[in-house]
Amino acid sequence: MSAQGVNTWDQFIEGIWKQNPVFVMVLGMCPTLAVTVSAMNALAMGVATMFVLVCSCLLVSLMRSIVPKEVRIATYIVIIATFVTVVDYAIQAVSLALYDALGAFIQLIVVNCMILGRAEAHASKNPPWIAVINAVGMGIGFAIGLLSLGVVREILGSGTLFGVSLFGEGFQPWVVMVLPPGGFFVLGGWLLVFALWEKRKQAKEAAK
Amino acid sequence: MTDSAFQIFVNILLANNMVLAMFLGLCPFLGVSARLDTAVPMGLATTFVMLVASLCAFGLNLVLTALHLEFLRLICYIVIIASAVQLVEMVLKKYSPVLFRALGIYLPLITTNCAVLGVALFQTSREYNFVQSMAFALGGGAGFTLALVLMASVRERLQLSNVPNLIQGTSLTLMLGGILSLCFMGFAGVGG
Repeated sequence: MSAQGVNTWDQFIEGIWKQNPVFVMVLGMCPTLAVTVSAMNALAMGVATMFVLVCSCLLVSLMRSIVPKEVRIATYIVIIATFVTVVDYAIQAVSLALYDALGAFIQLIVVNCMILGRAEAHASKNPPWIAVINAVGMGIGFAIGLLSLGVVREILGSGTLFGVSLFGEGFQPWVVMVLPPGGFFVLGGWLLVFALWEKRKQAKEAAK
Repeated sequence: MTDSAFQIFVNILLANNMVLAMFLGLCPFLGVSARLDTAVPMGLATTFVMLVASLCAFGLNLVLTALHLEFLRLICYIVIIASAVQLVEMVLKKYSPVLFRALGIYLPLITTNCAVLGVALFQTSREYNFVQSMAFALGGGAGFTLALVLMASVRERLQLSNVPNLIQGTSLTLMLGGILSLCFMGFAGVGG
């Protein structure tokens, strides 16, 4: 039992840390860079993607024995597209302002390679509960990635965090951060930070 | 929407470049842009699929609107793009084996290229007519190819230069993308 517990925990933590979809695997870049202009947008996108990911992985995993190999990718895409349509209409109903801010990127969750990749590489080979745990971990990892970009871009680009002003009147916003190039720069910067951290860890281990 | 087809073409090619301003199709942009001789066929294949997909999506949207089935749009589009890719693959295989061998491995990848779905979705939400849709798809594809070729040329050069170990790999590519994107900001306003 304890061995199984460790296994489940590994499945969960894998997506958040070791295989983080944004920072380690660099998958699903399009929404990552496009909607992270503010922390709120990033959070909404993260939650929407997580919902689609978890539901699709559950369904894919449940159907894994009845779907023929030849048409599996097409089946997965239709499953994903169904849940994305659900999310699309749900967001439109809950908050029109958010819907306008995210624009076509909600519908573009369909072609987020992270989701299809998870469905193909993990959910189609594992029983439902493991697939769901892994998907939740991946979803949280993706949301954390989005949020860490969104927070930096919003603080530097507009001087606010979740819409609350941080620096007062004198702050001159770095406009470039909320423009498209800012997305590339901030993600590149985060990857640099992680690379530096990894290098230090290795150096420490080598010293031992 | 009363923009002329040419305006739409120039706008999506430069000012609102698919990759550098709208962040669509980033996966192939980061993945296939290491060498120039793979970047060019990838760009051309994507452009071709975009045109076919845009054509199909335009027809399909008319049918769906007539039947009041708009909520099925997304599912239909994705299926139609996947079938278009398959179709293009089969036609190329039969009539132009040379081109097929050149593009072969890239074709399946295009199915999950968000730029292709993006073109179909944007032309629907902006209510373009037939000519405008075609110009939009052509411009989008040309813009994608342009970004890919620029990136690949820069990256080929960088292989000879001495950059710090730490920044090599994805973060270097992203920084380059940022600088390219900054350059393209200069086109803002072109094409309205």
